[in-house]
Amino acid sequence: MAEKNMVEAIHDAMFEEMKRDDRIIVMGEDVGEGGVFRATDGFVAEFGEERCMDTPLAESCIVGAAIGASLNGIIPIAEIQFADFSHPAFDQLVSEAARLHYRSNGTWSCPIVVRTPYGSGIHGGPYHSQSIEAFYAHVPGLKVICVASPYDAKGLLKSAIRDPNPVVFLEHKKAYRAFRQEIPDGDYTIPIGQAETKREGSDISLITYGMMTHHSLKAAETLEQEDGTSVEVIDLRTVSPWDKERVLGSVKKTGKALIVYEDNITGGFGAEVAATIAQDAFDYLDGPVTRVASPDVPISPYSGILEEYILPNPEKIAEAIRKLAAY
Amino acid sequence: MVSVKEITGAEGLSRDQLLDLYYKMLLARTVGQRERMLNRMGKGPFAVTGEGHEALQVGTAYPLKPGHDWIVPYYRDIGVALTIGQTPLDLLLAHLSREGDISSGGRNMPSHFSDPRLHIVSGSAPVATHFPHAAGIALASKLRGLDELSVCYTGDGGTSTGDCHEAMNFAGVHKLPVIFVIENNQYAISVHVRKQFAVEDISIRAEGYGFPGVTVDGNDVLAVYAAMKEAVDRARRGDGATLIEGKTYRLVPHTSDDDDRRYRSREEVEEWTGKDPLVRYRNWLKENDVADEAKLDSLHEHAAREVDEATEQAEKAPTPKPESALDHVLIEERLAG
Amino acid sequence: MAITKEAIKTFGLTEEQLLEMHYKMLLARAVSVRQRVLQRMGKGPMTFSGEGHEAVQVGTAFALRPGRDWVFAYYRDVAVALTVGMTPVEILRGFFARRDDISSGGRNMPSHFSHPDLRIVSGSAPIATQIPHAVGAALAAKLRKLDEISVAYFGDGATSTGDWHESMNFAGVHKLPMVFVCEFNGYAISVPWRKQAAIENVAVRAAGYGFPGVTLNGNDVLEVYGAMTEAVKRARSGEGPTLIEAKTYRLQPHSSDDDDRRYRTREEVEQWAQKDPIVVFAMSLHELGVLDDKSEQELNDRVNREVDEATDKVEQESTPEPESALRHVFVEGGASNG
Repeated sequence: MAEKNMVEAIHDAMFEEMKRDDRIIVMGEDVGEGGVFRATDGFVAEFGEERCMDTPLAESCIVGAAIGASLNGIIPIAEIQFADFSHPAFDQLVSEAARLHYRSNGTWSCPIVVRTPYGSGIHGGPYHSQSIEAFYAHVPGLKVICVASPYDAKGLLKSAIRDPNPVVFLEHKKAYRAFRQEIPDGDYTIPIGQAETKREGSDISLITYGMMTHHSLKAAETLEQEDGTSVEVIDLRTVSPWDKERVLGSVKKTGKALIVYEDNITGGFGAEVAATIAQDAFDYLDGPVTRVASPDVPISPYSGILEEYILPNPEKIAEAIRKLAAY
Repeated sequence: MVSVKEITGAEGLSRDQLLDLYYKMLLARTVGQRERMLNRMGKGPFAVTGEGHEALQVGTAYPLKPGHDWIVPYYRDIGVALTIGQTPLDLLLAHLSREGDISSGGRNMPSHFSDPRLHIVSGSAPVATHFPHAAGIALASKLRGLDELSVCYTGDGGTSTGDCHEAMNFAGVHKLPVIFVIENNQYAISVHVRKQFAVEDISIRAEGYGFPGVTVDGNDVLAVYAAMKEAVDRARRGDGATLIEGKTYRLVPHTSDDDDRRYRSREEVEEWTGKDPLVRYRNWLKENDVADEAKLDSLHEHAAREVDEATEQAEKAPTPKPESALDHVLIEERLAG
Repeated sequence: MAITKEAIKTFGLTEEQLLEMHYKMLLARAVSVRQRVLQRMGKGPMTFSGEGHEAVQVGTAFALRPGRDWVFAYYRDVAVALTVGMTPVEILRGFFARRDDISSGGRNMPSHFSHPDLRIVSGSAPIATQIPHAVGAALAAKLRKLDEISVAYFGDGATSTGDWHESMNFAGVHKLPMVFVCEFNGYAISVPWRKQAAIENVAVRAAGYGFPGVTLNGNDVLEVYGAMTEAVKRARSGEGPTLIEAKTYRLQPHSSDDDDRRYRTREEVEQWAQKDPIVVFAMSLHELGVLDDKSEQELNDRVNREVDEATDKVEQESTPEPESALRHVFVEGGASNG
């Protein structure tokens, strides 16, 4: 066991996988010198410039070339420097990677991982802060993972690399260096599509993912101490496919569901979770299925004052828990 | 003292203009340094500056008509913004995310210049996404029969993007009054140009779009000015677009979050520091008797004072109201007409 | 006539190969014509035509090693698919959206060729999106030190896209073993080249990416073959990519949904019909003594018979099971990279 932060865990996952399988390469902007977040630190020294390849500044081609390389025996991990910069590659992800297997009637497949830092709370302004998971969770043929802890990041990234499908792997950048966590030495994986109950509870089910898991856990602690409300916190970890079974099981137990996500409230992934609960657990509900999310403004303004006003935080989550608990 | 007109390379600029060029370069350098200092002091979370690019930025902006021609800059263009008419205070209000920040009211990162009065258009962080905007502005100018041209700026990395290609091709097809300025400082953050493109001079791509491309010494402000002047004249005549590539060097890291020692040798940085465009132009001004040491020193003092005063004022300026974060998602009123 | 015995000798083509080229061109033409006829009969909702492009397509594909080199075709490339080894039956299964359609099992539109064994890779409809894939396949070949090259096919309109530019640039930087083939027919659906770019020959752009570009007569199959052979040799020897711009003309509307009379004069179409690459090549083969009236008739009969038989066969084949629409969203079974 060793204590690692999330960037180190991600680094280790890729490093170990590349040691294990020489078909795996990393490609992206600045990855050669270690990447702007240092996820590929030392990779060129270990694997050479070809397996840790600096690309021209062209995201559509980074993803497109990754698709092509995957057809010819390479397993590419494409790094997009910030999730906000993935939009020029939207077409390659949605119309190409996600549809290639289907449109060829299962004869071609494209095992690529597109890793990208996402999320807000680091003074990133409107172009280093976006949450993009809902765009891709909407697209059949892509798997979408949102991680915000070292242990999950390593286990899920390994699963993503070993998955025969295209995977969008979203790393919450505020979580990169915010915490350290004990991680087992050596190889382990976490199945894609499996949520984790980070905290057991009996009064309210709080369903969340990404950085909001940490904020939600804080809020749950506060509520336990101050109000005696027992909140169960479920981290989805994967938004596509997502763990309906665990979520519905918990809601059937507690009778109340609060969904917390960082993205804009309208059409955010939590809306899908809310709809599923309303449809499949209606008979068990003792209160309105409730969401806490960012208001519908571009996330997020650069000024710390403006950013704080927009984003969900432990206080806003605690307030929503109180309201829901009162039902 | 010889008349300025007789000085080779003075490009028909008056003595005052030659000094004004220098002052703008100085001011840009001073604002860049100040922002990085304020960041280290913990007063602003982020700084992205353009030290080393001043000749290229001031030299290209100088032949334009401020408030008339359109500027679509990128995040390194402090020298462009100041030459067109933004003040050190404007830039520092943005650096400190103050309510009065004309560029974005604290929403965008610093150095994402915007000023409607000056026709400086707000941009984003993804590279070269503003190139199509510049082409569109020039198209509108052409369609409306206006004498306004548009200029957009990016670095060497920006040339690899699809948007850059699509915008240049469009500008070529419609012979648009637009000038594409590439500030080639040889690095896209850490990625060297040899990994960015397989050609020596990116200006040769202009031929593939049907308009001229030139490569200039981006550390020679008068050479840059001359190339830009020609491009501006072409655009105003209706002869279409030009691509100008200025070879230069960023003397500082990419941003306050970057450590350039990981990818650039200190010898290389040192070598380019020896080619500092400010020092070079200062020597030229002295050698050609445009100004003496004392005069040039006084300009330095003036710039330092101007930036000091702006800093003081910006630090005292109010921060944005938190709830203003909800404003301006959509326009509430209907469009006129 | 550009084709002489000497010129052919320099390409090292045998008489049999010349006839094979002619046969592939005829076959492609016949398959296209057949699809248009069937579409008008209401037997399929949609066709794309490659008529007029046969010399570019056969001339380039003939220089490849089927099943080894990678082909990223676009929807006009029926002759590329046939030359690399797809059969009229396979093409028509795509047209009729039959269950056994190798390209897509009835999921993609016709003429979106795919055949894993032949390394023809499935493509989409948005223009030029396959070009980065071709780059990636070539990159993989280089990284894995394989003796495989990759070819990207596209029309003139594709050269305006970001994906085209990003791909050309990437291929230049990494000196990839690939060939970019522009089937320049002067129109992107209705938009003429002068509205697409402000230059005459798009091949000049190759210099901006650090590799050679050539412009040639795309209606001369041997000129195309010669240039492609050079480009393939360059790619195989590690010298990097080439852009081939083959000037040709689409003799039919863009697709069965298009009416080209709105944007092309009949005189222009007629003028190009005079330069029909199949007619031109047949005349050359006659002059060379490779083809005579009798053998030409036999060849035509063979092609027609083949397409007739394929049509009859495919028409009777099963359509896909409706619920198969739910399959293959993700890879099924235990396939894993672990």
